[in-house]
Amino acid sequence: MTGLIATVGLMPHDHSEHPHALLPPDPALRVKALETILTGKGLITPGALDEIIDTYQNRIGPQNGADVVARAWSDADFRLALLKDATPVVADLGYYGRQGEHMVVVENTPEQHNMVVCTLCSCYPWPLLGIPPGWYKSDAYRARAVREPRKVLADFGVTLPRGTAVRVWDSTAEVRYLVLPMRPEGSEGLGREDLARLVTRDSMIGTGLALAPGGGA
Amino acid sequence: MTRVHDMGGRFGDGPVVPEPQGMAEFKADWHKGALALTVAAGGLGKWNIDIGRHARESLSVKDYTAFSYYEKWIAALADLLVETGVVSAGELASGQAIGRSDQEPVTGERIARSIAQGGPATRDSDIAPAFVVGDTVRTRRPAANRLIEGGHTRLPQYAAGAQGRILLQHGAHVLPDSNAHRLGDAAEPLYTVVFKASELWAAPEHRGDEVTLDLWQSYLEPA
Repeated sequence: MTGLIATVGLMPHDHSEHPHALLPPDPALRVKALETILTGKGLITPGALDEIIDTYQNRIGPQNGADVVARAWSDADFRLALLKDATPVVADLGYYGRQGEHMVVVENTPEQHNMVVCTLCSCYPWPLLGIPPGWYKSDAYRARAVREPRKVLADFGVTLPRGTAVRVWDSTAEVRYLVLPMRPEGSEGLGREDLARLVTRDSMIGTGLALAPGGGA
Repeated sequence: MTRVHDMGGRFGDGPVVPEPQGMAEFKADWHKGALALTVAAGGLGKWNIDIGRHARESLSVKDYTAFSYYEKWIAALADLLVETGVVSAGELASGQAIGRSDQEPVTGERIARSIAQGGPATRDSDIAPAFVVGDTVRTRRPAANRLIEGGHTRLPQYAAGAQGRILLQHGAHVLPDSNAHRLGDAAEPLYTVVFKASELWAAPEHRGDEVTLDLWQSYLEPA
């Protein structure tokens, strides 16, 4: 077995049967089988699985990114530091970890709208936004966002002024991008927590805009 | 030259369907299990992130196309577990553990620590940056792994042979083309390169639009 281990991953193995074919076809049964095997062998504890699910179902989500955006809207020094080198700035707030080791924050302006995609897989800033929504991982988004971002934005009900250029960030490495949306009109005087409520998940991916105070985008 | 996952720019996929804001929801219970098992099994330390990505990309075209997102994850996980000898084919076929492992288990505490600590991709490198911000560069063509035929690479085919401009420098990052095949970190300078949409597409939507990609130095040449 050690010989096998030493060569695993070295060459693509396109001509042999994939081991996953040994599992039953139904995905729920596949998951159950793997869970039974891995916990049965003592490799993974049920507590590890519960911890991961609880983390991404209940704890880490777009409220983290919204907090960062609200701070950037409220504090000019914070905004400058964030745009210059985001990783230590968000890490100071506790937003660091798996899939967020190298953060870059890109700012929307009247001249430029930013939008993030991962055409090759589904790279996404987990510590700031949680796990990605289904559409972000879909073939349609991955295929179309780079070629026709404005038509994709239309699918989200967003139309940009013709004078606004779109820059699409295809996350092909371990750098993760967060969009700093434009602060909505009418939000002057709002405190940080009220501002954070205007920051949608999609506005930080760039497929949406921040909400206007009192409802509406 | 490329694999089924490399779909940027492709036609024919239909509309993008938005979802409610807030935390992304798991649409089925087994999705939670698929995510948790994949993350937890990564904690066994038998493979790295690039090997994991390559395992998903190496699913047959038929499976990759037919499988939903988490089905891809679970299939690639099963493949990796058998290929690394963590699980035997017999165990996979029977759905039962045969014997216990003497490896230290991945526990809740361990996984919480690994989620919080992450795994930075930056490394020290002897390879000096060849470009500075503002330089004009051209991506290599074809977009393919130069170490292993059919191997993992992160230059999408839609951007092969394209001229762009260095926008950001990120220091030296682990080279996926090497790391995915257990050939070492091979860290080299990583850049964000910006391309005009008109450089990439026959009919760009707007002449001011741009696409950026994060590209390693060996993917680039001066232009």
